[in-house]
Amino acid sequence: MKQFLLGLCLFMTVGLSQAEAQKYFTREGKISFYSDTPVEKIEAHNQKATCVLDVASGKMEFAVLVKAFQFEKALMQEHFNENYMESGTYPKSIFKGQIANAADVDLSKDGTYDVTVEGELTIHGIAKTVSTPGQITVAGDKISATAKFETQPEDHGIKIPSVVRKNIAKIVEIDVNVALEPFKK
Amino acid sequence: MKKILFTLVGISFFLLPLMAQEDDLLSLLDDSEEETTEYVTASFKANRVINLHSLENTSAGVLDIKIGHRFGTLNGGFYELFGLDQASIRIGGDYGITDQLMIGFGRSSFEKTYDGFIKYKFLRQSKGKRNMPISAAFLATTAIQTLRWQNQDRDNLFSSRLYHTFQLIAGSKINEQISLQFSPTLVHRNLVLTNEEENDVYALGVAGRIKLTKRVTLNAEYIYVLPDQLAPEFQNSFSIGFDIETGGHVFQLHFTNSTSMIEKGYIAETVGNWGDGGIHFGFNVSRVFTLEKPKIK
Repeated sequence: MKQFLLGLCLFMTVGLSQAEAQKYFTREGKISFYSDTPVEKIEAHNQKATCVLDVASGKMEFAVLVKAFQFEKALMQEHFNENYMESGTYPKSIFKGQIANAADVDLSKDGTYDVTVEGELTIHGIAKTVSTPGQITVAGDKISATAKFETQPEDHGIKIPSVVRKNIAKIVEIDVNVALEPFKK
Repeated sequence: MKKILFTLVGISFFLLPLMAQEDDLLSLLDDSEEETTEYVTASFKANRVINLHSLENTSAGVLDIKIGHRFGTLNGGFYELFGLDQASIRIGGDYGITDQLMIGFGRSSFEKTYDGFIKYKFLRQSKGKRNMPISAAFLATTAIQTLRWQNQDRDNLFSSRLYHTFQLIAGSKINEQISLQFSPTLVHRNLVLTNEEENDVYALGVAGRIKLTKRVTLNAEYIYVLPDQLAPEFQNSFSIGFDIETGGHVFQLHFTNSTSMIEKGYIAETVGNWGDGGIHFGFNVSRVFTLEKPKIK
């Protein structure tokens, strides 16, 4: 009994320290979005996304500075910030979610896993539930993750005036690509 | 001994969920987050308030074609259709060499003047790692007036056609709605009409904007010329108007007592008087073209 309790205690302590090591992160994640209409193609890239993945629980969180999205046209970038995203008021877009099929994937082993991530996407201060397929690749102590999903500006309370209605797609495609490293305190 | 063990196990059980329930993963990074410097953008919709240069620069690789138009004065009455029969025009282009350095060129119908300028924004308002409450820029312009010499018999020098302006532009986007700037200015004229007029004219411009909607702002500017430098018929320039932004264009519609759209003109040669209707309706249209695409860093 004594030994069992001691063992349990030890196991849990070890477990604790492991849980700590099982977080992966990056500050240089890539997030791009594409709006494609017959009139105009718009794309913007952000290479400064923050992402944290907790391997143990399958939780994933992303944060991105709206102002750090780079456009081909400077004026577009200004309008994006000023007129649509209002980045002065809503500086960050955030995703907080969970690998829905966490039970089927073992991220402690090397390999490529198809996952479904569900969670809440907050853009322009308005949260919306999203679910998207993605892919996670584990190679040694590096984990990379990619996903492609769609969202509608309208759902996040972003109004598009009728004059430019034809220039901005109703559905915007978002591309996520992050390379994560073990998080050490 | 057993008690201690049970306590330990208890603590472990208590700790485990505590650690696992890391609700906010991102907060892990927050404490070690390297702060970034965030530059304030769009203090004005265009790089001109109305006549005055604003705190904004043309972005790197962008060509901004500008057409400025000032009708005649409103007090011309119905005979002149309140000024619509006359027009003074400036056609020009601004180009951003970097995000902080721009050049520009233009030709005004008023006194057949060519003008060129260079503007360097040496201080950018920012917050975050580097906290800077103001933006500041330096502007240098040269204008060449090309009217035929009034007196052909005298020894006319090319230098007499030249006008130079040096201006400091300092201001702040106070909040999302309000921006304010000051523009201390020196206009140098190589040749003036009379002895009483100064070659060097010192002035202080004040300008601001209020954002009414996302795409419309109300702008105003006033330029105070220090006393005893100009002939008495010259007035201080005051202009008020709206900036209306539609996708790639910015339309600036305004009322002003100045006919000229370049520094030496609107600062030192404004004759219209707001008191008796010497006001011009005018507009600036700006259209940007991206000549060189920025590299995505």
